[in-house]
Amino acid sequence: MLKVENLTVHYGGIQALQGITLHVPHKRIISLIGANGAGKSTTLRTIMGLVKSSNGKILYDGKDITTEKTKNIVETGVVMVPEGRRVFPNLTVMENLILGAYARKDREAIERDKKRVFKLFPRLMEREWQKAGTLSGGEQQMLAVGRALMSDPKLLLMDEPSLGLAPLIVRDIFMIIREISENGVTILLVEQNAKAALEIADYGFVLETGRVTLEGTGKELLENNDVKRAYLGD
Amino acid sequence: MKRKNSVLSFAGVVFCLLLLLLFNKTFDSYKMRIFNLCAIYITLGLSLNLVNGFTGLFSLGHAGFMAVGAYTCALLTLSPANKEMNFFLQPILPFLANTEWPFFPALLVSGLCAAIIGFLIAAPVLRLKDDYLAIATLGFSEIIRVIFTNTQRLTNGALGLKGLPNYTNVWWSWGVAALTIVFMIRLMRGSYGKALKSIREDEIAAEAMGIDVFRHKVISFTISSFFAGIGGALLGHLLGTIDPLMFRFLLTFNILLIVVLGGIGSITGTVIAAIVVTVLMEVLRVLDSSIDFGLFVMKGIPGLRMVIFSALLMAVILFYQRGLMGTNEFSWDSLGKRLRRIKKRGPK
Ligand SMILES: Nc1ncnc2c1ncn2[C@@H]1O[C@H](COP(=O)(O)OP(=O)(O)OP(=O)(O)O)[C@@H](O)[C@H]1O
Ligand SMILES: [Mg+2]
Repeated sequence: MLKVENLTVHYGGIQALQGITLHVPHKRIISLIGANGAGKSTTLRTIMGLVKSSNGKILYDGKDITTEKTKNIVETGVVMVPEGRRVFPNLTVMENLILGAYARKDREAIERDKKRVFKLFPRLMEREWQKAGTLSGGEQQMLAVGRALMSDPKLLLMDEPSLGLAPLIVRDIFMIIREISENGVTILLVEQNAKAALEIADYGFVLETGRVTLEGTGKELLENNDVKRAYLGD
Repeated sequence: MKRKNSVLSFAGVVFCLLLLLLFNKTFDSYKMRIFNLCAIYITLGLSLNLVNGFTGLFSLGHAGFMAVGAYTCALLTLSPANKEMNFFLQPILPFLANTEWPFFPALLVSGLCAAIIGFLIAAPVLRLKDDYLAIATLGFSEIIRVIFTNTQRLTNGALGLKGLPNYTNVWWSWGVAALTIVFMIRLMRGSYGKALKSIREDEIAAEAMGIDVFRHKVISFTISSFFAGIGGALLGHLLGTIDPLMFRFLLTFNILLIVVLGGIGSITGTVIAAIVVTVLMEVLRVLDSSIDFGLFVMKGIPGLRMVIFSALLMAVILFYQRGLMGTNEFSWDSLGKRLRRIKKRGPK
């Protein structure tokens, strides 16, 4: 579904991505793990067209989207849940969700998806009129995910959804990721929480200073000694 | 509930209309002028709030767009004889010498001219952020003023234009204000307005949601310039005279004061603050001249008015951080809630 080929990104003089290649097959969960500053967020931002690549190609359903505008990328069904949630703090939960559907026109389908999101996150329905900035961290993460789902994505890019959340909530979030995946959405998941991310993943990539150093099925990576030492802490 | 609210709103509109009729009958020309100024400042405040409050762009160029509007309208409506009188140093450019348009099309064109200038300035300026944006817009507004001072044959330079027909009456000023209010409410309720607010809240996240941030900023800026131009034109035809000095930064500051006092990002707040500030500006005028206290006479200190105003602004910012209304809006439901709360507390 998504193919990233030899992608290179520069920030000024710094080379953040040094030619990475990823494959994200249809309806799978793919995890991308790596240390701080490895270039995980950069990868997602570049796929979304928020950062320009200096080399390489991004193909989505066989179509080259490397230089496409973010707006058009969202319209084709790719959407990102950004790192650190980034909900719109002074807007209500409802307004945040509606903004997620900004690129869409079909009102009925939007209403249907609103119901779907509320079914997935009942907490959000109770807090429809609350300002997003006053939600708890976990609720904000749910809103960020819900907002992304409102664009009816085929491919969901998630940047550290478990960041700063209590273990119980992290478990909830990962359960929801699985549920979203079972509904037919392809997921590219970036995580610091390598264990949980690899357990849930069909396939994983390890990123180190802008390079893919390892890849394999979730299970393979969990059992790999290098991964164990560097990311699983044992 | 919804029906009750629309009935209440309808009653409110009728009440305002009656008030307008009453004031129109009873006010003398001095009060009338202040009354009209209130309406014009509502239009101007709302247009600045669209950019500064709702879209979160700190622009200080309002006076420039007002100047464009005011001059366009004046040049289109002044009679040929009047133009000849105004342009006694150098004759006016021939293509303008014989235009004498009615007010409505002239007003519309002045808004459009301001919008075009706004659009042209937006492209380079809106790539900047925060302080840089403020400085750049301020600079452009000054450039417009300097150009107007030096294009003798187009604008009559520093002499300004006199004898503008007094077209601005309650119907025009309050009519435009009402239209602006309705336009802003509809804009902000729609998905467009939500997108503007999301840009204010978090530009990157908005971009990631598929909102074309730059395009929205340009549109917001252009619409704001349009209304600034209309406001400027109304102001010109209320005062009867315009000159480049009128459109200094101080004018932008006054409008900014209204926006900040009312609450950055609140339509209701801007409307209330526009009226309060305009009326206070006049009432406090006594401070600038000498006051007779009977026992002694306090000598007037010119500018004391602005001191009081600045103090007021600071007080509001200290106590209400986000202006009188914050980003909240008036609604019958919230009024009802508040009344009920007061009633509950009452009998104790
Ligand atoms: N806007 C930017 N300007 C300059 N350098 C940047 C920018 N964004 C990221 N970088 C640099 O690029 C490198 C990769 O950053 P990135 O955010 O992709 O890392 P990450 O893998 O997501 O890290 P983390 O796990 O801490 O979020 C880092 O060295 C970072 O400093
Ligand atoms: Mg990151």
